[in-house]
Amino acid sequence: MTDLITARGVSKAYGDLQVLEGIDLDVHEGEILGIIGPSGSGKSTLLRLLDLVESPTSGEITVLGVNTQSESRSLELRRRMGMLFQKPIVFNTSVYQNVALGLQYRRLDRRETDRRVRDALEAVGLSQYIKSQARDLSGGEQQRVALSRVLVTQPEVLFLDEPTANLDPTSTATIERIVRAMNQEHGMTVVMNTHDLLQGQRLSNRIAVMIEGRIAQVGAPREVFQSPRSRAIASFVGIENILRGRILSKGDDLTEVEVNGQTILSKRVVTDGTDDVDVLIRGEDIDLLREEPPDHPRNVFPGMITSIESNGPHVGMKVDCGGFSLMVRMTARLAAEREFDTDMPAYVAFRPRVVHVLPAEMLQE
Amino acid sequence: MLLQSGITENEIIQGFIEAINLIVSLDPTVVEITLRSLTVSLSATFFASLMALPLGALIYFKEFRGKRGVINTLQTLYAMPTVIIGLLAFLLLSRNGPFGFLGLLFTPSGMIVAQTILIVPLITGLTVAAMSNIDREMRYTIISMGASMVQSIWTVLREVRFAIFTAVLIGFGRAIAEVGTVLLVGGNIRGYTRVLTTAISLNTSMGNFTLSIALGIILLGVALLVNVALNLVQQR
Repeated sequence: MTDLITARGVSKAYGDLQVLEGIDLDVHEGEILGIIGPSGSGKSTLLRLLDLVESPTSGEITVLGVNTQSESRSLELRRRMGMLFQKPIVFNTSVYQNVALGLQYRRLDRRETDRRVRDALEAVGLSQYIKSQARDLSGGEQQRVALSRVLVTQPEVLFLDEPTANLDPTSTATIERIVRAMNQEHGMTVVMNTHDLLQGQRLSNRIAVMIEGRIAQVGAPREVFQSPRSRAIASFVGIENILRGRILSKGDDLTEVEVNGQTILSKRVVTDGTDDVDVLIRGEDIDLLREEPPDHPRNVFPGMITSIESNGPHVGMKVDCGGFSLMVRMTARLAAEREFDTDMPAYVAFRPRVVHVLPAEMLQE
Repeated sequence: MLLQSGITENEIIQGFIEAINLIVSLDPTVVEITLRSLTVSLSATFFASLMALPLGALIYFKEFRGKRGVINTLQTLYAMPTVIIGLLAFLLLSRNGPFGFLGLLFTPSGMIVAQTILIVPLITGLTVAAMSNIDREMRYTIISMGASMVQSIWTVLREVRFAIFTAVLIGFGRAIAEVGTVLLVGGNIRGYTRVLTTAISLNTSMGNFTLSIALGIILLGVALLVNVALNLVQQR
């Protein structure tokens, strides 16, 4: 697999504000790379640097085999890439003119421009608006105009900066469908920012997590979501149960961790030699039962349900287990079947393989 | 009853009636002065726009040290007294000045040069202001679409075309209404460099109110037209 874009030691500052620091990242040909991270973590800035819209303060970016430190070829490279921004941006002119503009920049002849603009609008389902004023369209439609304006130039790399934030579900689905099709049918490489974790998981082959201007972890979506490398990543990828503990004993298979007087067993332990650890457990990996399970997994704790919050088809229940509390997530239907209520005793149960143990971070968010 | 300057009320009314007559009958002097005024100021507006629009775009697009200072200076120049610009242009164009060899002093071309100098800062400043309405994301979009520097400027100018048109109209308004530069640089030579404002000034001081009033009405009419055009543009 070739790397279409590589960033090495890339930093960006605006005045005194350091936005990116020491970014190393490779974009593989033909992949969809999702970049996730809290807002303000520098995702958009990173995309603009990779798309050569802005230059880094320091570091090197190689795009399509060309080192971009010499700016002379920057325009030519930019014309082989495209970017869709978070805010739907259309120019104050017709839909046709909006989509044709990028081709006019490239001095394509009129007939070819005309053909490609029509095809591109067809692809996003906006052919009927070809003569309309772009500003008269709805937000979702404007974003589709913007997408067809990018696709019409047939970019080798497509950057998407939170492309569906603030869009209705239908427009979101349309845009996701087109992006997936471009990637699978035309082999277009896609780099996408999103704060929508599900969207990141849905679309990406690989995911990079950005925290405070740095790439904190890169890997397959499953890896990032199941085995976050730090507490900050864990809490960003939605792991609600993060407990502070201490390693008691390390076996070949199971490791015992003491958390406030109770012992939790784990099969997934990463340590740096110290015994202070963070214990991460996803709420949906924990079962909650009315009675002690007879054929039980290795971690079972009696507790008391302290709160129940309903979230549509899902329910989150806080259970006080003595030394620690756990958030348990299950379907509303299952919770209703088991007739849970607050101040009710219950048993939490989870397998050692869902317990992820990391070296403790001294700095806490 | 005698007014302080020695004109009677009757004279004023009489002046108005005769002035209307001059306009309606297309009096050759009135027509000639009006046409010259329009030619000079429209030319100055044209040349000033030719310089100010790209310059404004460049100032907007380029990040450089002292950018804020440049914009502040431009804004200060909006209110620059016309006689000072007139004096400056006079010195530049006079026989012993740096551009004396061009022989532009006391010619319509010289007046165009002076008015151009006068309104370049105004149109430049208003262009920068117009472009500041373009948000950052749109700039990024234009660049990411593969626009060269020139193409970026062109796209942004086209995007704010109505605001730019307003800037140009305001520039024209300042040019046609001013008397300071055209008087000093043009010299108010009858049939050659006399324009609406200088003619009004001269005829009023000579007590020739009828012609002054007629030219004044025309000048007001031009200002009114510019305002109507501005309103139309701003409704877009």
